[in-house]
Amino acid sequence: MPPADHGTQKVAPWNDPKVRSIVFQFIALVSLGFFFYTIFQNTLANMERRGITTGLAFLGHEAGFGILMSLIPYDETYTYGRTFFVGLLNTLLVAGLGIVLATVIGFALGVARLSNNWIIAKAAMVYIEVLRNIPLLLQIFFWYFAVLQALPAPRQSIPFGGVFTLNNRGLYFPAPVPESGFSYVLAALVAAIIGVVLLVRWARRRQEISGQPFPVFRVSLALLVLVPLLVFVAMGSPLSWDHPELQRFSYGGGGRLIPELMALLWALTMYTAAFIAEIVRAGIQSVSHGQTEAARALGLRNGPTLRLVIIPQSMRVIIPPLTSQYLNLTKNSSLATAIGYPDLVSVFMGTTLNQTGQAVEIVGMTMAVYLTISLTISMVMNAYNKKIALTER
Amino acid sequence: MTDLKNPSLAPPVTTVGIMGWMRQNLFSTPLNSGLTVLAVAFIYLLLVPFFQWAVWNADWTGSDQSACTSGGACWVFINARMELFIYGFFPTSEYWRVDLVFALLAVLIVPQFFERFPHKGWIGFFTLTGFPVLVYFLLVGGSFGLEPVESGKWGGLMLTLVLAFVGIVAALPIGILLALGRRSEMPVIRTICVCFIELWRGVPLISVLFMASVMLPLFLPDGVNFDKLLRALIGIVLFQSAYMAEVIRGGLQAIPKGQYEAARALGLGYWKSMSLIILPQALKLVIPGIVNTFIALFKDTTLVLIIGLLDILASVQSAIVDPAWGSVSTEGYLFAAFSFWIFCFSMSRYSQALERKLETGYQR
Amino acid sequence: MKRITIGLLGAAVSLSMTLGSVQAGTLDDVKRKGHLTCGVSTGLPGFSNANSKNVWSGLDVDVCRAVAAAVLGDAGKVKYTPLTAKERFTALQSGEIDMLSRNTTWTHTRDTSLGINFAGVNYYDGQGFMVSKGLGVKSATELNGAAVCIQAGTTTELNLADYFSEKGMKYKAVVFDTSDQSVKGFESGRCDVLTSDQSQLYALRIKLVNPGNAVVLPEVISKEPLGPVVRQGDDAWFNVVKWSLFAMVNAEEMSITSANVDSKKSSSNPGAKRLLGGDAGGKLGLSSDWAYNIIKQVGNYGEAFERNVGKGSPLKIGRGLNALWSKGGLQYAPPVR
Repeated sequence: MPPADHGTQKVAPWNDPKVRSIVFQFIALVSLGFFFYTIFQNTLANMERRGITTGLAFLGHEAGFGILMSLIPYDETYTYGRTFFVGLLNTLLVAGLGIVLATVIGFALGVARLSNNWIIAKAAMVYIEVLRNIPLLLQIFFWYFAVLQALPAPRQSIPFGGVFTLNNRGLYFPAPVPESGFSYVLAALVAAIIGVVLLVRWARRRQEISGQPFPVFRVSLALLVLVPLLVFVAMGSPLSWDHPELQRFSYGGGGRLIPELMALLWALTMYTAAFIAEIVRAGIQSVSHGQTEAARALGLRNGPTLRLVIIPQSMRVIIPPLTSQYLNLTKNSSLATAIGYPDLVSVFMGTTLNQTGQAVEIVGMTMAVYLTISLTISMVMNAYNKKIALTER
Repeated sequence: MTDLKNPSLAPPVTTVGIMGWMRQNLFSTPLNSGLTVLAVAFIYLLLVPFFQWAVWNADWTGSDQSACTSGGACWVFINARMELFIYGFFPTSEYWRVDLVFALLAVLIVPQFFERFPHKGWIGFFTLTGFPVLVYFLLVGGSFGLEPVESGKWGGLMLTLVLAFVGIVAALPIGILLALGRRSEMPVIRTICVCFIELWRGVPLISVLFMASVMLPLFLPDGVNFDKLLRALIGIVLFQSAYMAEVIRGGLQAIPKGQYEAARALGLGYWKSMSLIILPQALKLVIPGIVNTFIALFKDTTLVLIIGLLDILASVQSAIVDPAWGSVSTEGYLFAAFSFWIFCFSMSRYSQALERKLETGYQR
Repeated sequence: MKRITIGLLGAAVSLSMTLGSVQAGTLDDVKRKGHLTCGVSTGLPGFSNANSKNVWSGLDVDVCRAVAAAVLGDAGKVKYTPLTAKERFTALQSGEIDMLSRNTTWTHTRDTSLGINFAGVNYYDGQGFMVSKGLGVKSATELNGAAVCIQAGTTTELNLADYFSEKGMKYKAVVFDTSDQSVKGFESGRCDVLTSDQSQLYALRIKLVNPGNAVVLPEVISKEPLGPVVRQGDDAWFNVVKWSLFAMVNAEEMSITSANVDSKKSSSNPGAKRLLGGDAGGKLGLSSDWAYNIIKQVGNYGEAFERNVGKGSPLKIGRGLNALWSKGGLQYAPPVR
């Protein structure tokens, strides 16, 4: 018998890797199914026996409680379903603002960390080492309870240049009230944005063909500011300001940032910026010094060297960990519940859960939302990462 | 010989000594000088009042509120409630058990900081396997003549350490299995592991803890009941194992393909080649990553206060509302912050040192 | 890999099933364990509050102690589980605690849709408002536009919304997780008003650094009957908790106190005899000295009231609605007969 047959013919089924693999996977699948089935059965039985109501019908019932801050119209007569969206929008607001601010501050800190000015570099280092080694929840409590206590009551508010007013109820600012004709200004702004996009395309093509750079940044800035401004003046300044007024208890009217939002945003930003700074530092350091030297040899000045040579290359190292920081920030925004900022966890998984007692549905919905947000952020960042990734030729 | 006709040039700007160092590092350009002045002014304005409050004007000794008269920080408060912050409500007569655990932990950890220590590996292995068992019997009690202490009385630093330590010790093996599963060639296994990992990594820990405290009881058959601490631990372990899996996967990917092939060529089966060849190398590579997730977990344990467990932050919070002490929230929060900082900072230094040690071979 | 995890989990579950699945009634369960697990608040002076040595006291705690005295003969055999308002019902439903005694309002929704039963009312309360003196507010009708601190997960949130919309006033709800935090929020000036059950307001006021600066407004905007809660579907246990509370009230009616309970036991008063001896205990599945133990170790309702929230406490709350029915209040217990 030829020896080649030895391997293929005589293997017993329980020794054949293929068979084993299929059996193994089958067992895994069955036990997983059994596991979930048991949980499902238990849950149903438990809820039935304890007389807990099930189903999503509660989403249509009247909520009957107030929420501190809402981006969409809401009062006690709206439904529990509405509280879900109020909370979701508040979560998205704080996460979005936090991501932008943390990125800006984090990049600044990361560059400061590499500054050749000793004291700036050391100060940035101390900041980073202190902030990222203290639990975020503690920082949120600190900013909220320790700093809130230091702010004055509404009657002793601190004015900022007559425009902003700060007290322990929040930061008040005049809210813009558009009057008739303001839509033209908005239209002008949209037109300007489209113009800028076209301009950027044209400039890039021109540079590729002729090698002539075009001052895109300055021109587009001028477009964005001047066009709407001209329309604004031409329409006779169709905008008035609603100034906050001191009332019986506090200020009314105008716009307001509630202290819960400020404390949460501040803590999230400061904490995440410390991590982003380290990521940026590592990214910049990962670009070899030869790149700088080469750029100099080509006659590029400091600014363009950083902008055109160093940053694009360091971005490849920065993007993946930066993505996970964005995800962390979004997930950490759920700590809002500790200080009563009405985010999804606080409003929906907190008050609504309490009033209805339907834990399974509500916790499930909340987790699904976070999962969706996380997956979306990773998808967007992965797409961006793919775009800037090194194209091997 | 000096040439008297041509006097020597002015000496070059000194680059040594304090002046030279300052000129180079603080005042090299006008912009830098400005930044330096601004930074110094800022630090001065921030730090001086802080030190005045926290050190010079602070009250250190005494036993109650009446000792805090100087207007600075009232550290007396921290002193007076220290037992709560460390032991929670553990019975006073049983403090020695907690102390013993702390001491054992210190003894077991110290060798890991030394380059060469006899049986270092075995000590590490014991820390992750035998030690938790020992801690269980010591803290829970009820056997060997030890008085049982229910977990409701655990608290403070001790609870924080228990949560973090159990979280990491239990998450490590699950994380290894998940990481191997994610790299498995069997599609079903791979899908299950990917889903598990992405699910837990995609949701905030607070919702996991919430699920563990509110929903877990509903999942269990009637009459089965986990105590609150155990439920929190289950939540933490599930969450942590997903992160651990990703760290370990990084290590597995860093092992050259040749190692896998060599293991196969030796005739080793899957489990043997993993446990004898691949994992020992991969795990060594990812120790810094594991320490980093441990730091993250250590900080995250504070979230258990939201489900009503009395960790160190929660015990500080419960103490600062005591009307007998006036307004001491800043002192309390600073104390908690400092305790966390000490642990996390030293661990992050340890992991950085390890990273440097491990990376020497690959550095450019 | 996953399979092993599941296997482990399954093993753990089945193991704990064999350990704990013999859950007969809660009464037998408590007798077997030798202690009562009682859900209480995370700290509310006068009702359930732990001192710095973790010794619990309060009116709600006394209900737990009374049940322990009745069932186990020792009021000290209670394990207290502090719960936030959010967690309390789940903890009870899941069997983590044997009973809940945590200033919980008896409402229709809770009674019907949460799988729980209220065993009685140990404190008749109503929601009120506390403001700082500096505001000069004399009545709740002047609160239009105020920021209001509330504790999350309470009936208070709903009553507040009802009251303000009925009066056509606006408010801002600042919601906190624990009563401690809502007090801190009020103290730091985050809100103008702290709202809660009136008894709680008095209790929380003594937690302020400067209690003299805050006043409780006269309006009571809701009915808040507070009482101990048990799981639905365990009538034996329901009876034990219910009658432990009734025993305290009945004892006050008959002027039996912890001081004179020994002499009353041997007295000829038939009512006292039925309560302190007789077969009342046996019918509940308890020993015949169940009520004696309660009164000897915990005291009657009046004693518990005065000690925890009344004259003997820093709260100094009057009996009001909580006086006996014979003295113009609502506390009324069915007879032991």
